[in-house]
Amino acid sequence: MLTTFADPFDSLFRLQRELEARLASDWLDGATAGVGAFPPINVFQQGHDFVALIEMPGVSKDDMTLEAKEGTIRVSGKKAVDYGDKVSVHRRERVAGNFDRTITLPIQIAPDGIKAECRDGILALLIPRAESDKPRSIKIK
Amino acid sequence: MVAGQELQVQEKRELQKKDETTIPARIFMPTTDIFENEESLTVVMEMPGVDGSKIDIQIENEVLSVEGRIDFSKYEMMQPIYTEYNIGHYRRRFTLSPSRIDQSRIKAEMKDGVLTLILPKAEQAKPRRISVT
Repeated sequence: MLTTFADPFDSLFRLQRELEARLASDWLDGATAGVGAFPPINVFQQGHDFVALIEMPGVSKDDMTLEAKEGTIRVSGKKAVDYGDKVSVHRRERVAGNFDRTITLPIQIAPDGIKAECRDGILALLIPRAESDKPRSIKIK
Repeated sequence: MVAGQELQVQEKRELQKKDETTIPARIFMPTTDIFENEESLTVVMEMPGVDGSKIDIQIENEVLSVEGRIDFSKYEMMQPIYTEYNIGHYRRRFTLSPSRIDQSRIKAEMKDGVLTLILPKAEQAKPRRISVT
């Protein structure tokens, strides 16, 4: 019989790999202070450096604090949703509260340090890799 | 909502499209709060990553439709290493109920990825585009 359909185990294995990658990720290993799932973080690699994007709509620079310490970055703050009195609510989907999350960095950072930019509800952390940490190519004779 | 309670991430809801779009990007529905007081109806939508200039708001025949576009160009040189949330455009439509809106006085404001639309109540008129500050 011809295999005209994709192998059904394919998607299962892919799911398992993705789950394991999520749990075993260097980026959120051994979280120190800071628990919880909010705000969600995406980490990208750009050349040798890393960019972490944290999505927190409605939170401005003044509502949060960013701390870096020895290979971890901690972002904490408060998301507020306020509507005033005497309002009749038709629909309520947004949530409010405090948040506190820590990212562990599996790389060495350049002495210039991390740059942070907060715009349109997204906090972008530009994490430059230290020169000593960059992979060096080895010549094969 | 009680302040001080631990915040949970709200997974983005994908838009159920009846017809296909020409762009391949995904479209999500922004989380919205709608409430009203005596003078106006307020619609607040969370669209992180969208700049005020990329918002399109339209009212036509009692249907309010809002669309926010993400700039994907900055993601082109980046490879994802660890992801927890989806990235895509935003679109949502609401049918405005019997409350009649004065379309000439609608105000829209975009701050930190949150769009606040204030629709003052008055007589209903024909469709119009609104600009965002």
